[in-house]
Amino acid sequence: MAISSESRSYDRDLAQALSGRGAPKPGRIIGPRGKAAEKRFDVYRNNVAYSIASALLDIYPATARVIAEDNFRRLAALYLERHPPRSPLLFEYGREMGAFLARFEPLSHLPYLSDLARLERAWLDAYHAADADPLDGETLASCKPEDLPGLTLKAHPTMHIVASPYAILDIFNANRGQIAERRRINAANAQTVLVTRPQLTVQLAGISSGQAAFMEQLSAGKPFAEAIGAAQARDPGFDLASAIALMIESGAMLPPAQ
Amino acid sequence: MTGTHPNRATGNGRFPAFSLGADAGASFKPQHFDAILADHSAIGFLEVHAENYMGAGGPPHALLARLREIIPISLHGVCMSIGGLQPLDKDHLKRFAALVERYEPAMVSEHLAWSTHDDVFFNDLLPLPYTDETLARVCDHIDEVQNTIARPILLENPSTYVLFEESSWSETDFLKEVVRRTGCGLLLDINNVFVSATNHGYSALDYLDAFPLNQVGEIHLAGHDEQADDEGAPLLIDSHDRPVADPVWTLYGHVIGRCGPVPTLVEWDAEIPDWPILKAEAMAAGEILAHAARRTASKRNGAERANGHLV
Repeated sequence: MAISSESRSYDRDLAQALSGRGAPKPGRIIGPRGKAAEKRFDVYRNNVAYSIASALLDIYPATARVIAEDNFRRLAALYLERHPPRSPLLFEYGREMGAFLARFEPLSHLPYLSDLARLERAWLDAYHAADADPLDGETLASCKPEDLPGLTLKAHPTMHIVASPYAILDIFNANRGQIAERRRINAANAQTVLVTRPQLTVQLAGISSGQAAFMEQLSAGKPFAEAIGAAQARDPGFDLASAIALMIESGAMLPPAQ
Repeated sequence: MTGTHPNRATGNGRFPAFSLGADAGASFKPQHFDAILADHSAIGFLEVHAENYMGAGGPPHALLARLREIIPISLHGVCMSIGGLQPLDKDHLKRFAALVERYEPAMVSEHLAWSTHDDVFFNDLLPLPYTDETLARVCDHIDEVQNTIARPILLENPSTYVLFEESSWSETDFLKEVVRRTGCGLLLDINNVFVSATNHGYSALDYLDAFPLNQVGEIHLAGHDEQADDEGAPLLIDSHDRPVADPVWTLYGHVIGRCGPVPTLVEWDAEIPDWPILKAEAMAAGEILAHAARRTASKRNGAERANGHLV
């Protein structure tokens, strides 16, 4: 026995059979005492497909609720074929879901879905991101006024900004956790969402385009003065005091490097 | 409980050094966190899946650190792919070692199974043939893990649904030889024994008789689902979604009767009930352990009395 089967590795054989839809059971896989092993091998096929769809369901609960779980599991099966997990850390999985949904013709009547998925992915990234003390008001106040225009900051590891032409924050809130009350959402309201994790609780806040520009510029390493300029250019009504208050309260930035 | 009265700090000084007794424990699920803080006196330890704590920070680490202060933690790896032919994922091994270093768990375990091929992760405990070649590979992988984390691991027997035509070792002989070559211990999952025995038509008791029980550092109990094989006979699925089945309790009593009390975990990973239900399931295992401990103690006392007569 053995020479032919051992030269073709069992893990490659099973991996092939578990990857392709309709791929046959490997011949070396048998049942006990001459019993068949088709349904037996299906247990592994089902475990893989079901558990990975469940992982996606955990990552994208609001997206799944919008289209209903059965539909989401069908979507997950298609996604799995296209983008199998490349890491044993399933909380890292599903990063292409936003782009996948944007190109997914059967759901093109729900154009907000891909941005909703991006927001859910950002939520989970914030949840697992590194712990660090954020920039607080005292530290900022202790900066000399003449140093402020040139001050540079880094984004807190938990901070993400997700902008959409749709009301993704309202849709997110209406479809995660217990639905408190049904109310009409105007999906066409553009929303930009700041994701942070003050006191270990992931927090989402709707922010203005100017606030988003301000924090995006700071995160990109631009000095304060330049970030303010970019914010004013994008949003003539940009209010610096409220943007700084938001930045501090949400824990969006790290303290300046010592 | 032996586990709840630490009197010194661990090597790195961050956590209490619990001495783990032969207590009953339960899988830790984050939704039980508050209930466990309020009521964990009946539980000797909690077990976590290592991969769930491999993020950089946030609530998972905050919860685990808090638990580690009050109760022994068992670290159970699910995705090391020890049973694969390809080399271990060095990044994953590094993450695993960092968790061992950070939390100093009371026990560390992994599976005789594989889950990654090339770089694709299948998220299941996939089976391997038992041959001289896979034996050598599994031992190399265990050596690598144990050298990296600088302590022995417990290796868990799998639930299987299929066999490989090229297998030339029995599972129990394979495990015995892994232990002999690597110095690892074993995690005996009695539900897995019952599931595999049913699925492959052999006696679970015969399997346990052949199992090196003296190498068992931990026992797992869990619930299983029943489906049908190709011929319509029962095919059991290791689902961890319900209470432990009666025949598994019977086998557990048999094992504890033979080898004495061993730390025992009740696993529950899907359709997770409220904490009191999982806790009660663990306490049922605790009863069996306590009974065995009393019997061992009375045997010892009897022996001492007998020795006294001799002297």
